[in-house]
Amino acid sequence: MKATLQPSNRSSDGASLAAPVQGEADNQPMNDTSSRPSGGNRKRSRSGGEWFGKTYTLICVSVLIITIFSIVYFVASKGLATFFVDGVSLKEFLTGVKWSPDGEPASFGALPFITGSFMTSILAACISAPLAFCAAIFMTELMPKFGKRVMQPVIELLAGIPSVVYGFVGLTVIVPTLRAIFPGQGLGVAAGAIVLSIMILPTITTIATDAMSNLPRGLKEGSYALGATRWQTISRSILPAVMPSMLTGVVLGIARAFGEALAVQMVIGNAPFIPKSLFESASTLTSVITLSMGNTIMGSVQNNVLWSLALVLLTMTFVFVFIVRVLERRSLR
Amino acid sequence: MTSIMEIERLNLHYGEFHALKNMKLDIPKQTVTAFIGPSGCGKSTFLRTLNRMNDLVPGVQIDGSVKLDGQDIYSDDTDVETLRKRVGMVFQQPNPFPKSIFDNVAYGPRLHGIKDKARLNEIVERSLRGASLWEEVKDLLNKSALSLSGGQQQRLCIARALAVEPDVLLMDEATSALDPISTLKIEELVRELKKDYTIVMVTHNMHQAARVSDRTAFFLNGELVETDDTEKLFSNPVDSRTEDYITGRFG
Repeated sequence: MKATLQPSNRSSDGASLAAPVQGEADNQPMNDTSSRPSGGNRKRSRSGGEWFGKTYTLICVSVLIITIFSIVYFVASKGLATFFVDGVSLKEFLTGVKWSPDGEPASFGALPFITGSFMTSILAACISAPLAFCAAIFMTELMPKFGKRVMQPVIELLAGIPSVVYGFVGLTVIVPTLRAIFPGQGLGVAAGAIVLSIMILPTITTIATDAMSNLPRGLKEGSYALGATRWQTISRSILPAVMPSMLTGVVLGIARAFGEALAVQMVIGNAPFIPKSLFESASTLTSVITLSMGNTIMGSVQNNVLWSLALVLLTMTFVFVFIVRVLERRSLR
Repeated sequence: MTSIMEIERLNLHYGEFHALKNMKLDIPKQTVTAFIGPSGCGKSTFLRTLNRMNDLVPGVQIDGSVKLDGQDIYSDDTDVETLRKRVGMVFQQPNPFPKSIFDNVAYGPRLHGIKDKARLNEIVERSLRGASLWEEVKDLLNKSALSLSGGQQQRLCIARALAVEPDVLLMDEATSALDPISTLKIEELVRELKKDYTIVMVTHNMHQAARVSDRTAFFLNGELVETDDTEKLFSNPVDSRTEDYITGRFG
């Protein structure tokens, strides 16, 4: 009884959150227009519930849509101002390699950041994808019990570690290791990609595991019944069947790596150049935004150009989402 | 008539549950043997012991002997992959791979090392003809197997099983998910196939067993109650439980 009263109280009076502990009599008048499941005046109360539900979801959806559109509009208007108000050429922005917004004359070549972002995230996916595939096969095919009980929670835990912790670990473990093995300072694209690869591992693994455990049982049995070994079944029957979902996972992983700022910024070295090796300092779109945002004045060209970088990020995110949609449609066919 | 498979003193436990109790059965060469019985009586489980598909189920314990051409298939020196090549299986739900029709049939031969394209072509055609599917799909070999109808998919699965040239073909309620016309086609096919293969089928449908099988085994609660020539078992059963079942008093 009390549980059914709750929504009506919230809808009619946001302040009366303590209502469920009040006596029933106090709430009685409200019930007539609320979602009370039994008792008199059933018809009106039910349509009241319908109305409440519809309005509530409508409000939620509107808030979401308005937020998304505002963000896109804000980023786009600020980002495009660089080109239309401040007169920076789009060609220079996208293909220029020199970044010195405070220089005389100032130049705004963002290609090093775009390259850096793509290099780190794609390299991260290249490291992460095979690991994730193998982890998924292990958890679904080789040791399903251990996989479900121990490995899956552990891998999901990786997703919950804050990115600053990843960056910190990267800075104290990965960077010195790379410095000891390879030439250079250890800071650079390689360090960034390694940190990112661990961060996106849960995304790809979870999607791959789900795809594998959702395969029809008959698929595996059919293969075994023809005299296939376990490895033949995995490589010829399971992998091809889950490939589209795997690719979806990889693209989502790349998208996440592309947008990650803090952890990358801590290990990549933040030099505004296109690196000639994986062990040279570089920058990504996100790292340059987080580093420079505090040092610019709202409305200045130096500030607007950072919004342009954000616009590139946003556009890329849309592209990734689009790719995922296309892949999903292909796998449904 | 010589037996291709001989099963003796076979017991199977799922953990604590005694699913198959002391079974004895001979399966004669080039005949159709049907297993009938109510749901959960162990007939599918028994069928799956014949090609060791139960190995894939955790917690299954099997003792007794299952001989294929005099060789115990549960002995340590048995190669399970070779066994499953000799004892093929068709499942209740058609389960073609999400690949082309050609690749489905060629899957088995490829597993066993055949790469030559001309030879694969020949095997695919022969297997599809063997499953009476060739005329319907000969121009669609590169199409996805999932685009076929349910009945065609099941015949494709039969073709896929035939492609590795088994001696015995196990059919686990292979028609229960199909419409009557597709069922009829598969029954005709089974009668055709027994010229070259030994067929063991599980069926829910007593009439189907009567129509297509030479021998019938009646299962009840994990026991093999009675085995006889189909005609004899249906007209003059020895055990009263068999009689009760085939006259429709239960099940």
